[in-house]
Amino acid sequence: MSLWKIAWRSIQQRALASVLTAFAMGLGVALVVSVLVIHGVVDQSFRRGAQGYDLIVGAKGESIQLVLNTVFHLGMAPENIPYSYYDELIEGRFSRAVETAIPVAMGHAYKTYPVIATVPDMFDRLKYMGDREYEFAEGRNFDVNQPFEAVIGSTVARKLKMKVGDTFRPTHPGEDITGDAEDESHEPITIVGILAHTGTPNDRAIFMNLEGFYHFDCHQGGPGTVRQYLKGKAGDSNTTKSDSAESHAKSEESKSDAAPGLPGIDAADDHDHESPPAKLDSHEHDDAEHDHAKSPDALAELSHDARDNPHGTHHHGPTPLADRKLSAVLVCTDSDNQALGMQLRSIINEENDAQAVAPTEIISQLFDGIIGNIQLILVILAVLVVVVAGIGILVSIYNSMSDRRHEIAVMRALGASRMMVGTIILLESILLSLGGGLFGLLLGHGLVGLLAPTIAEHTGVIVSAFQFQWNELILIPGLITLASLVGYVPAAVAYRTDVAKSLAANQ
Amino acid sequence: MLELKNVKKSFTEPDGGELPILDIEDFRLDAGEQMALVGRSGCGKSTLLYVISGISRPDSGKVQVGDWDITLFTEAECDRFRAEQIGYVFQTFNLLPGFTALENVMLGMRFAGGRVDPNRAKHLLERVGLGHRMTHRPTQLSVGEQQRVSVARGLANRPRLLLADEPTANVDAGHQQQVVDMLRDGCREENVALMVVTHTPEVARQFERIDNLEEFNRAVVIA
Repeated sequence: MSLWKIAWRSIQQRALASVLTAFAMGLGVALVVSVLVIHGVVDQSFRRGAQGYDLIVGAKGESIQLVLNTVFHLGMAPENIPYSYYDELIEGRFSRAVETAIPVAMGHAYKTYPVIATVPDMFDRLKYMGDREYEFAEGRNFDVNQPFEAVIGSTVARKLKMKVGDTFRPTHPGEDITGDAEDESHEPITIVGILAHTGTPNDRAIFMNLEGFYHFDCHQGGPGTVRQYLKGKAGDSNTTKSDSAESHAKSEESKSDAAPGLPGIDAADDHDHESPPAKLDSHEHDDAEHDHAKSPDALAELSHDARDNPHGTHHHGPTPLADRKLSAVLVCTDSDNQALGMQLRSIINEENDAQAVAPTEIISQLFDGIIGNIQLILVILAVLVVVVAGIGILVSIYNSMSDRRHEIAVMRALGASRMMVGTIILLESILLSLGGGLFGLLLGHGLVGLLAPTIAEHTGVIVSAFQFQWNELILIPGLITLASLVGYVPAAVAYRTDVAKSLAANQ
Repeated sequence: MLELKNVKKSFTEPDGGELPILDIEDFRLDAGEQMALVGRSGCGKSTLLYVISGISRPDSGKVQVGDWDITLFTEAECDRFRAEQIGYVFQTFNLLPGFTALENVMLGMRFAGGRVDPNRAKHLLERVGLGHRMTHRPTQLSVGEQQRVSVARGLANRPRLLLADEPTANVDAGHQQQVVDMLRDGCREENVALMVVTHTPEVARQFERIDNLEEFNRAVVIA
């Protein structure tokens, strides 16, 4: 019969008090576990949220605002950059450092969910959470030739009960986006696809064709176009060959203009970003590898198509190219030449037109600087709860000592040493702590599992009851240390018990 | 086997004065011998048992058990010696309530530091007629049964000496003789010396040797 068993029997002897004490400890540990697990998962999810591209190019200003708005679709949209800057990235002087560039325009919403105007390659070319490719639970990606098509995130589909074929009208920036209001001046947008769940903020967003965005009344103007630049990708079915020709020509032209000494990037300060690229439609060849942008003919057709939309909504032509704005451009730099990517960022930031931020860096700063501190405070509070629960164990065992003095005296009379009875009390404290801790561990992970659907629904972050954090391992030695400290006092009382007096008291 | 020489023990009174409890010039008990110790309440019987078992230390004198003078032991040595060489049967049984009858018997073995022998514990319980109640907790046993478990526990470590402090005081008249018989038979079979403190003349009369502590405890005479 081990001392552990003797201690365990003593706990069983005071079952109710022991269960309540361990329960209090369990609640504290559950709190610690919940904080650790949720923080760990949120941390990973936040950091992964920006994966898939290296840089966000946007207007000068607060880089955090740019990242929050672009990656997490939070807060006010930052200032815009001219569309021509996107041309610089895909065809102009920055093109050699850019592998993929995805333009995004934000500011519209539909029933609290942000409507992001972009190009189909957002889902065809970009990846998320490492190497995962976007998939469609229903339908397909929107067509670059269909300006009023959109795809929606999984949460949007579930919450708004929207399905493929449904239509909606986004609201203007600044309008009430919390109610059911729809802007009748906007053409109805048809949902053609529902994204499979990604666990990223994109689950809670709506993505429409950028061209359609420029057809909205609030962006009216002359003819214009949307270009996608997919360097190194052959044959985009959504684009025309003539478009390829001009892209290629422009790209080649820019590359040939690169200044000596800079490997492909010309930090020209006098570049006119407000103007569309020169000779946009002056070159023709059939290089399918550069089949990325649309020709003016296609544009005219696109505009015509848009005017003849099946919903019969009247609207003017799309925004002239020169007047077009973008909220940001998501840029994948050339993975074969990382130095070029670094140089791209430096040059953009040195100029006055735009800024380039690495979202992972900003998110790390955000986490480490703000959210990390909040976590620290939460952990400290949770640890204090555990310490209070530990004091509860002390009080529980100490209070039982008056009843147990006689029991201890009997053990001593049977030959148990002072050290032995003190050890039994310490083991009792450790068993209560570890038992409570184990219960708390299960409770904490159980709570995380129970709350997982709610967390995923509200934040897009996928948590699992079985996601363990390495720092949870600290709980075991921590609880044993705490139990030893709080068990010391009653153990000392047991150690000092006067056997003869205690035995005589019960005769 | 047991020899006390000039053993004195006193307690400090609340006013700071000394209250002599024991003053025994010479007391002996042979190996395997059985005796009853009688005397009025407060004459020091329980204190004498505590001094013999090493639970209390005498202020002076010598307590020899076998080859060892236990007054020279450290407290830890005394604890170990008590666990191995001395069995104890209490007036109020003092079974630990969280443990079964069998576990209570084995507890003594555990504290002695040696191998816990469940077979011996079972054998002892069977011998006191509790083979069918080994897994019962003390609260599930009658008073008489509890005292029988206490006797089995006292003999568990094959002690040289078994001290029984008024073992029949809380047992009804019908079961007193049963307890005394178990104590005497058990000690005889294991060649264990037995000292039974009792107030009950019927119990005392069954022993060949009956010592009245008041007669040889000079502290009582002085008081």
